[in-house]
Amino acid sequence: MTVLSFFNYWAVIVLMMIGYYCMIVRGNMIKKIIGLGIFQTSVFILFISAGKIIGGATPVLREGVDVYSNPLPHVLILTAIVVGIATTAVGLALTVRIREAYGSIDDDAIDAVEGDDRA
Amino acid sequence: MKDNAILVVVARFLIPLMMLFGLYVQFHGEYSPGGGFQAGVLFAAAWILFVFIYGLDTGLRIIPPRVIYVLACLGVLLYASIGMLGVVLGGHFLDFYPLLEAPKAAQQAGIILVEFGVGVTVASVVMLFFLLFARRRADSEAAGLDPDAADDVEADRQ
Amino acid sequence: MVAATVVVTRDLLKATMLFAIYSLIIAALFATLDAGDVALTEAAVGAGISTVLILAVLALVPRHEKRQAGHSLPALAIVIVTGAALVYASFDLPQFGHTDNPVQQHLAPYFIEQTYADMGIPNMVAAVLASYRSIDTMGEAVVILTAGIAVYALLSPAPRRRQRRREQDS
Repeated sequence: MTVLSFFNYWAVIVLMMIGYYCMIVRGNMIKKIIGLGIFQTSVFILFISAGKIIGGATPVLREGVDVYSNPLPHVLILTAIVVGIATTAVGLALTVRIREAYGSIDDDAIDAVEGDDRA
Repeated sequence: MKDNAILVVVARFLIPLMMLFGLYVQFHGEYSPGGGFQAGVLFAAAWILFVFIYGLDTGLRIIPPRVIYVLACLGVLLYASIGMLGVVLGGHFLDFYPLLEAPKAAQQAGIILVEFGVGVTVASVVMLFFLLFARRRADSEAAGLDPDAADDVEADRQ
Repeated sequence: MVAATVVVTRDLLKATMLFAIYSLIIAALFATLDAGDVALTEAAVGAGISTVLILAVLALVPRHEKRQAGHSLPALAIVIVTGAALVYASFDLPQFGHTDNPVQQHLAPYFIEQTYADMGIPNMVAAVLASYRSIDTMGEAVVILTAGIAVYALLSPAPRRRQRRREQDS
């Protein structure tokens, strides 16, 4: 039990908070999508590091290896990465449409256009 | 970018290599890291590199959009029909044991076919993403919008 | 570090490139954490395809973020408080890399012992992905297809400017 045994969680938390900050502060939509990507990777690291065993090996069976890391998180994250690219693509498509409709991809500018319409 | 000799030579060398590596990752996925997802993405990346070098029109002559749509659906259909085949042959949904006599061979055949379905779907959907985003610019110019224009909200409000 | 720079920079092209580098670093991290398949996927998807997609979109939108500001103290405070709470909670989590963690007790030993007997293939990730949890993977393939259809629906109609109500009135 050392302080460093929780280091993986702290790295995850730092990355997660960077992504979170990027999402809530930045008005630019592409920046928001990139922030979402950072947030996503932090969750991936959380899962993968939970499955890691110190001294373990990649879960591909072979001679002379007794301890393997847990394959289950790898499977879950493998699918999550590909779903992540799918959501990113849908978000980018929405961004393109918003840009064409409003002439901007910035939150505040779009709010201003909406306000003009209501007035 | 067809005029740049370096790019063309390097791409000619790289694209077959990338496709070969994609196939290796696809069908060797049972023995080494790899599988349908990675192979599909690699294959699509090779096509995207081709489009970067030779232009979207040439790329679409090789793989027409209609083929991409059909392949995307066929991949999922292949996956689902392997599952249904298990039901028809007397097992559960996505149960690979009834497919062949030997249980290990049946499992391996099922895994390979299912991974192939995933690979086809992922490759064609990634190509579809890129195709749609790349075509959009020409479309919006044709519609009289200028993609390079600065944000024109301020100008509109005047 | 790289992630922080991604947030700070206002040039979207620079941010995209840094995001690609960040993805590669994460892929290397996955490789050291014994996740070969995941590292391969992250390198191909995160560093390759998502970068290409963001670049393709940057051809359609302005390259620079408009506003100067973009840093707000309340948001920073929220983020720091949340992060501190999570760090506090992290002390109750199982330690990194031990064999007796809860996550290692349940299914993993079964997969590790039975994969070769059941399937005859050495790559456990492929076995779990395509056979033990194949319905999961099928749903995932359907998600990909659905995303493809959604992007197609969003981007295939011809672009047109949104009708302003004021113009309609006049």
